[in-house]
Amino acid sequence: MSFLLELGIKVILMLAVVLTAALVTIYAELKAGSHMQTRIGPYYAGGKWGWAQPLADGAKFIQKEDLAPAKADRTVFGFAPYVVMMSTLAVFAVIPMGPDIVATNLDLGVYFILAISSLSVLGVLMAGWSSANKYSLIGGLRAAAQLIAYELPLVLAVVAVVVQAGTMSMNGIVEAQQATLFTIGGVEVALPYILSGQIIGFTIFMIAAVAELSRIPFDMPIAESELTMGYLTEYSGIRFTMFFLGEYASLVALSAIATTLYLGGYAVPFLPESMENFAGPGIFLIKVSFLVFLIIWIRWTWPRLREDQLQSMAWRWLIPLALFNIALISVFKVVL
Amino acid sequence: MEAVSLADWFKEVANWAFMVIAFPTLFAAWRTVSSNNIVRAVLYLVISLAGTAAMFLMLGAAFVAWTVVLVYIGAVIILFLIGIMITRAPLGVDSDLSHGRDVMLPAALLSIVLFAVTAWAVWDAFGMIMIQPFEPTSTADLANVLFDRFVIPFEVVSFVLLAALIGGITLARRDNTGAKR
Repeated sequence: MSFLLELGIKVILMLAVVLTAALVTIYAELKAGSHMQTRIGPYYAGGKWGWAQPLADGAKFIQKEDLAPAKADRTVFGFAPYVVMMSTLAVFAVIPMGPDIVATNLDLGVYFILAISSLSVLGVLMAGWSSANKYSLIGGLRAAAQLIAYELPLVLAVVAVVVQAGTMSMNGIVEAQQATLFTIGGVEVALPYILSGQIIGFTIFMIAAVAELSRIPFDMPIAESELTMGYLTEYSGIRFTMFFLGEYASLVALSAIATTLYLGGYAVPFLPESMENFAGPGIFLIKVSFLVFLIIWIRWTWPRLREDQLQSMAWRWLIPLALFNIALISVFKVVL
Repeated sequence: MEAVSLADWFKEVANWAFMVIAFPTLFAAWRTVSSNNIVRAVLYLVISLAGTAAMFLMLGAAFVAWTVVLVYIGAVIILFLIGIMITRAPLGVDSDLSHGRDVMLPAALLSIVLFAVTAWAVWDAFGMIMIQPFEPTSTADLANVLFDRFVIPFEVVSFVLLAALIGGITLARRDNTGAKR
């Protein structure tokens, strides 16, 4: 019975952390976006700085009627948001916030993440097809084509990290980044991977991550001016809320993965190992929020890419560059 | 290796977990061929593949399980769906999907024979013997075997992919031999 109890506690804790992080990210997007456009943004909800705006939005969405088009395939239509939500939430099971603060330290951590997060495409296609709406179908197909195109550079960038670390476990990758790289005057220096050879990989990963999230400059799947809202067109009420929350949860998820793989996760150089369980979550969250802010910043300051530019960037630039990166890292791994 | 009775078999928790996975998998596999909507048939195939992955997880083969999810569900099924949706994907009942008796009977016969052969092979090898608990296969061990003892078969398999790539290029290539349009 203790196994089930432990499982329950882990699931509830993880849900609380992830959903809070998603709500905070929504608020950050509202506020940061407004300030970048010299507006004030949400101001009244909650009394001060409009901090309760995401909660108020959520409460409003939940009250709305849960509509489905008359000709829709209701079962598939109903299940699509759950598939997207599940694939996002499952990623957090292996992300470590400290040496012991991790739901489960899988031997196959990174591989598990890549496998489970590839399921979100399935949910998007289900949503697009079952809505019985041409905007939805075209949006769903565009989204699927884009997610497949950018999943390849993402996977190949991660492969280079796995080669350098020599393990697929997320905890193992963080520990590998604490290995001494060189010594200056008797001081042992360990650097996170972004500073020790993975700068190309990090750039590819972040570009592909923004594309995986279908955010500007890669938001062709839900290009409002031509497709209304793409595969989300027919969704309303609680199901739309799930897609919306899932989108921000996966923003946090991809930032958390990038933090673990490239920025050293819960560790910082010169922090004693005994402090890591205590200070780890704080350090981790600071790094994650920096990357989240970076992605928000890109959204509010970049123009949108055209569909053909988007595809040619993935297939003609990012994938060859990622392959070159793997070759480079492998050579260094063997030579050094 | 002692044999177990059927009553003991039902007492084991793992066997109940097995049944919880196996019956939906079987049901989804049956619906994949009997469903009268092509997209729904593919979605049932997803459920049956997910069940297969869960079986591999139960057997301690985590790498194979997540490969099934990544390659089959995450790539092959998605390409199925894109292919279907780009051409023709009606909602509701599609009457063109069901074939006549002349196709159904050989197909049913073939699957029964296939099932009988695999069932006999498994029964002949294990019978009612209790399998002892074992360590799950680590990815490092799997990689060592794959790239050491089985490296030549592994490379030979990659020729299949090469052939598929060349085939794809040949089909998609613009035909330059004829008159320019």
